[in-house]
Amino acid sequence: MSDLVIAGRTFRSRLIVGTGKYPSHSIMRAAHEASGTDMVTVAVRRVDISRKTESLLDYIDTSKIFLLPNTAACYTADDAIRTARLGREAGMSNWVKLEVIGDEKTLFPDNEGLLEATRVLVKEGFIVLPYTNDDPVMCRKLADAGAAAVMPLGAPIGSGLGIQNPNNIRIIKEQATVPVIVDAGVGTASDAAVAMELGADGVLMNTAIAGAQDPVAMARAMKLAVEAGRLAFLAGRIPKKSYATASSPLQGVIGT
Amino acid sequence: MVRLVAQMTIRLNGDSHEIAGPLSISALLEQLEIDARRVAVELNMDVVKKSAYDSSVIKDGDEIEIVNFVGGG
Repeated sequence: MSDLVIAGRTFRSRLIVGTGKYPSHSIMRAAHEASGTDMVTVAVRRVDISRKTESLLDYIDTSKIFLLPNTAACYTADDAIRTARLGREAGMSNWVKLEVIGDEKTLFPDNEGLLEATRVLVKEGFIVLPYTNDDPVMCRKLADAGAAAVMPLGAPIGSGLGIQNPNNIRIIKEQATVPVIVDAGVGTASDAAVAMELGADGVLMNTAIAGAQDPVAMARAMKLAVEAGRLAFLAGRIPKKSYATASSPLQGVIGT
Repeated sequence: MVRLVAQMTIRLNGDSHEIAGPLSISALLEQLEIDARRVAVELNMDVVKKSAYDSSVIKDGDEIEIVNFVGGG
């Protein structure tokens, strides 16, 4: 199975995993290992200067796993741009998972802010991976603005609802000039497989693994689902039909 | 040469702090026992390159943000 290539960088795994909400840092590390991922997202937040806290980075082998800083919880293009610049300096890479959120309850993206921030950051030399609506027109605009990949949501962040609009994901992939990563909404392994069967180049998830009763086991399930979905997509599924087509020969049936 | 040390007020991660200054960003991070390799620093809304931590001097009234990576999706 071929590797995932984004902006000239090769990833062996098509599964991108988050680093938030795990029961512990050591469970996170074990889940990352079980998922086979080689890219994880991280958030950029103020250092707690009142007390010493354990560093997340002590639990990520950055020689094997690429860090993708996000701009989560940014509600304006300006805040997202500022956060991306800080993430670049903290992580020493120019990649960013760009989020410009438009609504607190759904965490749906703000299209205008997202496009504006994409343009600015691309101009500044960032490799921009925008988290976007499952809207083929928006995805095209983001790619035209220089996004290195587009990351349409399957469902609201953390909802676990699965791919709500499979047809849109398929259209986005058919039209895409850049890799398509389904980001957010996966609840269980079959959701990840569906995303991959639709042709997505990869899947990004956090809560589905971190929030599972056994995050490490779920991480392995997701690894297998992403691989299975990718293989099924490449294999070319049979067309859907309303009526049966017998699998066994109709000749030589006894008693006829 | 006499180096003047004065008490100054800075805004650090949103909160007001009294520190003796002027001092460099490197010196501030050292005082706070923060590993400079794992953070990013903003001085008055501009990101400061790690290579400029020694030469960037914090003055009275400056606004500083020190961030690091935490878990996220």
